[in-house]
Amino acid sequence: MREKLKAARSKAEITLLQEDPSPRPRRLKSIRERKTEGRLDKESDNKFGKMREDESHLPSKIKFRDSVKKLKQKSTFQNDFPSAEEAYNFFTFNFDPEPESIKAGSRKRNKLNEEQETEEDCVETHEDEQEEDETDEDVCLVKGDDLFIIGQAAEDFLVMKPADCESYSEQLKKEKEFLFTPSMRAVPTSEKMPGNMQPRYLEDEGLYTGERPFVSQSNQNILENRILRQEQGKEWFGDDGKILALPNPIKQSSTRPPVFSLEEGIAPELETVYRKAIKMTAANQYLVGPGDFQGPFQLDIDISGLIFSHHPCFSREHVLAAKLAQLYDQYLARKQKNLTKLLTDKLHALRNAVQYSIDSGGDGVPRPVAQQSIPEYKIEIRQTRRLRDAEQEKDRMLLKTIIKVWKQIKSLRDFQKFTNTPMKLYLRKEEVDQKLDEKTYEAEIQAEITELLEECMEEYEKKMEEYKTELQEWKSWKKIQKSKKKKKKKGTHEEEESVEDCDLGEERVKPIPPKMVSSLEIEQQVREKAENCRRKPGVPALIPELVLSGSITPTELCPRAEVLRREDVKKRSAFIKVLFNSKEVSRTVTRPISSDFRVHFGQIFNLQIFNWPESLKLQIYETMGMSSTTLLAEVFIPVPETTILTGSAPMEEIEFSSNQRVTLDHEGVGSGASFSFEADGSNKMTLMTSGKVSNSVSWAVGEKGIPLIPPVSQQNTGIPSALKNIDAIASIGTSGLTDMKKLAKWAAEAKLDPNDPNNAALMQLVMVATSGEAHIPDFFRLEQLQQEFNFVSDEEFNRSKRFRLLQLRSGEVAEFRNYKQVPLHEREISEKIFQDYEKRLKERDVIDSKNYLDAHRAVVANYLQKVRESVINRFLIAKRHFLLSDLVNEEEIPSLGILGLGLFKLAEPKRPLKPRRKERKKVTAQNLSDGDIKLLVNVVRAYDIPVRKPVLSKLHQPSKSSRSFNEMFAASPSAQSPTDSPDWAFNQVLVRPFVEVSFQRTVCRTTTAEGPNPNWNEELELPFRAPNGDYSPHSLQSVKDEVFINVFDEVLHDAVEDDLERGSGIRTRVERHWLGCVKMPFTTIYFQARIDGTFKVDIPPVLLGYSKEKNLGIERGYDSVRNLSEGSYITLFITIEPQLIPGESVREKMNEMLKKFDTQEDEKLLQAAEKYEAECTSKFPSRQCLTTVIDLNGKTVFITRYIKPLNPPQELLDAVPNSSQTAAELVARYVALIPFLPDSVSFAGICDLWSTSDQFLYLLAGDEEEHAVLLCNYFLGMGKKAWLIIGNAIPEGSTAYVLTLEQSQYVIWNPSTGCFYGQYDTFCPLQNVYCLISCDNIWFNMQEYDSPVRINFDISKPKLWKSFFSRSLPYPGLCSVQPEELVYRHSDKAAAVELQGRIEKILKDKIMEWRPRHLTRWNRYCTSTLRNFLPLLEQNQGKDVEDDHQAELQKQLGEYRVSGFPIHMPFSEVRPLIEAVHSTGVHTIDVFNVEFALAVYIHAYPQNVLSVWIYVASLVRNR
Amino acid sequence: MAAAGSPSVFLLAVTGQIESGQFPGFDDLYCKFCFVYGQDWVPTAGLEEGISQITSKSEVAPTTLVWNFPIDITFKSTNPSGWPQIVVSVYGPDFFGNDVVRGYGAVHVPFTPGRHTRTIAMFVPESTSRLQKFTSWFTGRRPEFTDPKVVAQGEGREVTRVRSQGFVTISFNVVTKDMKKLGYDVSPSDMQNPSLVPVTEGIHKY
Repeated sequence: MREKLKAARSKAEITLLQEDPSPRPRRLKSIRERKTEGRLDKESDNKFGKMREDESHLPSKIKFRDSVKKLKQKSTFQNDFPSAEEAYNFFTFNFDPEPESIKAGSRKRNKLNEEQETEEDCVETHEDEQEEDETDEDVCLVKGDDLFIIGQAAEDFLVMKPADCESYSEQLKKEKEFLFTPSMRAVPTSEKMPGNMQPRYLEDEGLYTGERPFVSQSNQNILENRILRQEQGKEWFGDDGKILALPNPIKQSSTRPPVFSLEEGIAPELETVYRKAIKMTAANQYLVGPGDFQGPFQLDIDISGLIFSHHPCFSREHVLAAKLAQLYDQYLARKQKNLTKLLTDKLHALRNAVQYSIDSGGDGVPRPVAQQSIPEYKIEIRQTRRLRDAEQEKDRMLLKTIIKVWKQIKSLRDFQKFTNTPMKLYLRKEEVDQKLDEKTYEAEIQAEITELLEECMEEYEKKMEEYKTELQEWKSWKKIQKSKKKKKKKGTHEEEESVEDCDLGEERVKPIPPKMVSSLEIEQQVREKAENCRRKPGVPALIPELVLSGSITPTELCPRAEVLRREDVKKRSAFIKVLFNSKEVSRTVTRPISSDFRVHFGQIFNLQIFNWPESLKLQIYETMGMSSTTLLAEVFIPVPETTILTGSAPMEEIEFSSNQRVTLDHEGVGSGASFSFEADGSNKMTLMTSGKVSNSVSWAVGEKGIPLIPPVSQQNTGIPSALKNIDAIASIGTSGLTDMKKLAKWAAEAKLDPNDPNNAALMQLVMVATSGEAHIPDFFRLEQLQQEFNFVSDEEFNRSKRFRLLQLRSGEVAEFRNYKQVPLHEREISEKIFQDYEKRLKERDVIDSKNYLDAHRAVVANYLQKVRESVINRFLIAKRHFLLSDLVNEEEIPSLGILGLGLFKLAEPKRPLKPRRKERKKVTAQNLSDGDIKLLVNVVRAYDIPVRKPVLSKLHQPSKSSRSFNEMFAASPSAQSPTDSPDWAFNQVLVRPFVEVSFQRTVCRTTTAEGPNPNWNEELELPFRAPNGDYSPHSLQSVKDEVFINVFDEVLHDAVEDDLERGSGIRTRVERHWLGCVKMPFTTIYFQARIDGTFKVDIPPVLLGYSKEKNLGIERGYDSVRNLSEGSYITLFITIEPQLIPGESVREKMNEMLKKFDTQEDEKLLQAAEKYEAECTSKFPSRQCLTTVIDLNGKTVFITRYIKPLNPPQELLDAVPNSSQTAAELVARYVALIPFLPDSVSFAGICDLWSTSDQFLYLLAGDEEEHAVLLCNYFLGMGKKAWLIIGNAIPEGSTAYVLTLEQSQYVIWNPSTGCFYGQYDTFCPLQNVYCLISCDNIWFNMQEYDSPVRINFDISKPKLWKSFFSRSLPYPGLCSVQPEELVYRHSDKAAAVELQGRIEKILKDKIMEWRPRHLTRWNRYCTSTLRNFLPLLEQNQGKDVEDDHQAELQKQLGEYRVSGFPIHMPFSEVRPLIEAVHSTGVHTIDVFNVEFALAVYIHAYPQNVLSVWIYVASLVRNR
Repeated sequence: MAAAGSPSVFLLAVTGQIESGQFPGFDDLYCKFCFVYGQDWVPTAGLEEGISQITSKSEVAPTTLVWNFPIDITFKSTNPSGWPQIVVSVYGPDFFGNDVVRGYGAVHVPFTPGRHTRTIAMFVPESTSRLQKFTSWFTGRRPEFTDPKVVAQGEGREVTRVRSQGFVTISFNVVTKDMKKLGYDVSPSDMQNPSLVPVTEGIHKY
């Protein structure tokens, strides 16, 4: 504590002393003057003094300490400024000079120095409390103290002085000395160049200079200016007057190709890459599979010690001693073998044998065998003798060297005057009997002489013979030679030849006759040799004996070099690492190397092994002192054979040597360094570190005496010879050993003896393998311990229904997504749960032609299902991707406009005359449950409902003229003037319609109104149930239910059969006749929040018994308002209560994600598109701007690429060769006949995938966009001016329509129905127009209104239509994604007929099925009549045939009341057809004598587009 | 299941109370709670959600806000996955008197039977920018979680930034039935009696 205090104080002083003498303008200096430098000391001292007075008072002490602390802090950190209280004191205190108090102060100071120490001790004792009680109160008290102190001592250290102030200009001047501001102006080249040099531009001279890295010019100038200020600054500039710079290292193109991620959300670098599994090398082979673990296998490695035969620390004596020891070991080994004796004995035996056979031969009895063997014996004797001689010589030499080395040691010891090794050699003399010895010696020599003589004789004879033959040859040659010479003399011309002959002939020398070897000579030789290699007779035999009993000179007596050496040795120690399969498994303790260079370990390591023992290695390490560890050598130990078990294993010594190179500065000879024993340094020798490790390796024996040997330990390389002939590795290879089957096969083929203990392990293994209990898995397991942690096995896991259920649920499989309460027990889960799911899985790949009746459509449906699944999977990923707005509700920052509006609102009248509609509160779909949501349908009114026709009305033929567009759109009621006389219309109720709304099997109906233009104005409320009770936006988006709004006519029939009863009461039967319907998908309502409009009622082209009454007087008022159009209309208002927030964010996110996918578009184009979109949406946020779409492959494609003139089917064009308008209608109808598949349902409102027209025609399914694109392309192909409209329509919502320009009039086509509307048609379903797209441009609607009625379609006006490609961004000529030409398959009439029959049968069956309690009679006659109508209907596209039918039927079925209608549908599958028939409710009629008629007609268009007509009718016999 | 020997569900009864909160600098707060649980859980009795009275700080020393708002709910379940969590959100007036959120927090219902006290650290989402912060302070519409249940799940939390703000202490009394019979052993082996943590312990911690 005290030290700290002192330190702080001294620090404070230093800082005060070091205060910058240069004036600082803003400093308040009045208090801290130079003279008060010591003030702090004094001040604190004073405080100590003050505190002393109330020493007994504990809290004050604490305060005091705090004040000290504060002061310390102040003194160290705040010494520039006065603290608040100081400042206060300074300004408020009255500084009266009082000399007395100064004195008192100084006195106190003196006292204090003595007492300070005791003070501080006190402080220490209260340390703990001080830390805790540091509260504000105390601080206040401290302030009081300070005041008090200063009041007492202020005079001591306060001196008045005016504040130092420096003028600004002076300051600037000073600053100028230090500061330099580099100018940003360019430096003239002359300054940068050394004097009088012209800049030289290398580039101009044609040399390569490279591109300089970009640095902004101003920065460059600054740098140049800065450099120039330095000395030698010019060195930085090159010849051209620019700063030297290397060329720009940044490459323009990236070296690495860009990596595109397949999966979103994963950075490409982190993506997993599939690699084919590679079989591991033998290093990782497991003995057994983890499953069938047979118990641990154990290797015992006993490392007993280490002996160095050479070590860098060996002294010369050690070297010799080691040599001696080696020699002695050799000697002992030889002695043990005693080869000499063995050979001598053998020689004797052979000689005896020869002697014996000669002797027995001498008996006269011929012994041919013995005779024959004599020469063999002799040869043997000769060899044995030679060997014996060699051995003897070696023995002798060894002895000699031993003695020589010993002598060297002795001389060395004498020389160096100390002994290092305990070695001593004794030579024991073995006295021999001289006479006997001499005798045997002589006998030996004699025997040898005789033998040699014999040998020589034999040789001589052999040579003689050779000589003779050679002589003979020579003689004959000589003769020839002579004759040749004669010839030569005959003619010179032959000379050359003969010379050649001479040359060719061998230069024959006359053979020399062999000399006879004299016996003396031989004797001489023998004796000489005996002298050399044999002990002289009588000389005692010398037996060397090496003992370690010698004494070593104590270190004190040794010279310095030797002492150093010994110390060095002491420092050294060694240890051994055991490496199993080149992995370190254990290591011995580090033991010091003893003075005789032996290290004793005596450690046994038990290795439990799991891997094949492949290599066993010991690494010998030497450590020097504390630090360095060096690897001396590695020793490989053979893996023991299976027979070697612990206890029986012999200790083995394995030699090692190191190539280490060490030179030492003491007596040690070093290693790898040459040294010499001689004084003159000659006879140099170099020794390397080497030694022996004694160890033993064996297989452990288990508790019950079972050897812990792995089953196939034949693996090891040291295969016992016994197994060599049946070597498994040789026959099936090493890898085969791990393959049990191969091994077993081999074992069977090799016919191993099962009883052979050598094969026991193998046989056991083979048995296990073949019995199938164990197998080695043929796979590579990444996490081999995984199995340990599995709490059940995989099979069990798969078998468990519960786990499966849980797994499927967490995988969000549609069927199980919201499954609640998975039962705890297996038995409680019924198999049925999975049935649907499994069925679906099965059906995915199996094409079910029953449902589709058409193989092609089945294939397509499958394909679409797959696309859908992949999209949904992407969507699920996207769903996991949260945005902040998903989690946190945060208010937008109010913009100025909103704020202003808010202010404006304040001034608004409280009760406005024209109240605004208040927005309903939106509800997030989080805590909703069944019954909370209701669908409200307000049926307002309907127009032009078909009216009943009097049964016997007269025939009338409407004027059927092909009307032109102009006619149609012209509001000309006169064109279709009523042909009927209106009289009956007034007399009779025309129709009593009511509306029935059905949704999710709930049905609601309105009251019955009257007349063809009824007004209901009724609100119907239908409950809504989300699938699986899941009210999340995602789930709501995928609701597939539709709202059916059916219009019926209520017909009252007099049910009284009997005329007699007529008077007493009225009994009527109510019948209802279906007139038409409007379908509205729930998703449309969900996304649109409310649907308000007038919709065309889908009325069949022919309604038997009804007719469309037009232009009747009743509705005259409306005529002027609306254009005349065909069909009936109904005004509806549909909404959901409460209002749900559509999950748009998910859709946007998905689109964002999809945009990140691949694209082949130019980056610049995409950027421009983004910019364009942003611009457009900023102006009109509600209008959708579409520039890029996603194709079926998930690639982003610029939208104009989809628009391209394409050829419609030639058949359609041929049908109406001259009228382009009819052709257009026909084409539109053809397009409409392609089945409709809304993306919003199939892809859960996530994204729009656009398929090209050929894909669309192949798939035969698509949504509005595809229809529109195809239709637009056809129109273009037909030479019309056509555009794609992106807009909003009822009921589809956001959709695509087609706009054509026909004779200066714009026509809007609905591609999914084939209908067309004039621009000013109020019943046009298209409500808003957002943008127009052609094949080369996009125009965004910039007009105030977007309703087609109110806008101008003239795209040439840039103020009204903002075009994407303009003068600033010209159209780059994007190639189309559409094919060059569409190829159509011809319509298959036969297939259509077949399909027609099948559908008819199915439908008839269905109708009978729906009437289970009634007899269903089919009127064949009517059916055939209807069947005849249908092709006609197709031909006329369902127009203007109604009356023909009526008449025809009337004619044929006069006695029946017929009600029925044809249904027309595009064909996709059977189910919708059945639904359509069912929804009309024809079957519900329950008159007892009702008959039915049903006919189906299918017209095939090219490319298998089928138009289906179903005519259903019910017939009741009139009476 | 009728057979007593083999129950098909286990029951978890939780009683207790949201005892108190410590929100330095705030006063007049009330809290809402709700339970978040997995798909295999069904509440059989009691209240799943609740809203407490407004409580004010006491003038003297322990300035905690005491609600002592009771919780009582029983769940049945077939799967310990999705163990119920209690989600507490605290609201109160701000400087201008607007009702703003003061903290969200969640904790799992303890799974060992007995009495437990839990202190939850509460947090509120942060505004995305300084300006937002100012306007939200000014307008009294601070960022809130779209659904308080967000704090009971880990999904999507990475997009939020929160500031910690006070503590809420909850005591639970947990009773389970048939857990052990169904193989879910939740009590530590060395514990014979369920722990009886003193009530005051949780308070003293903070």
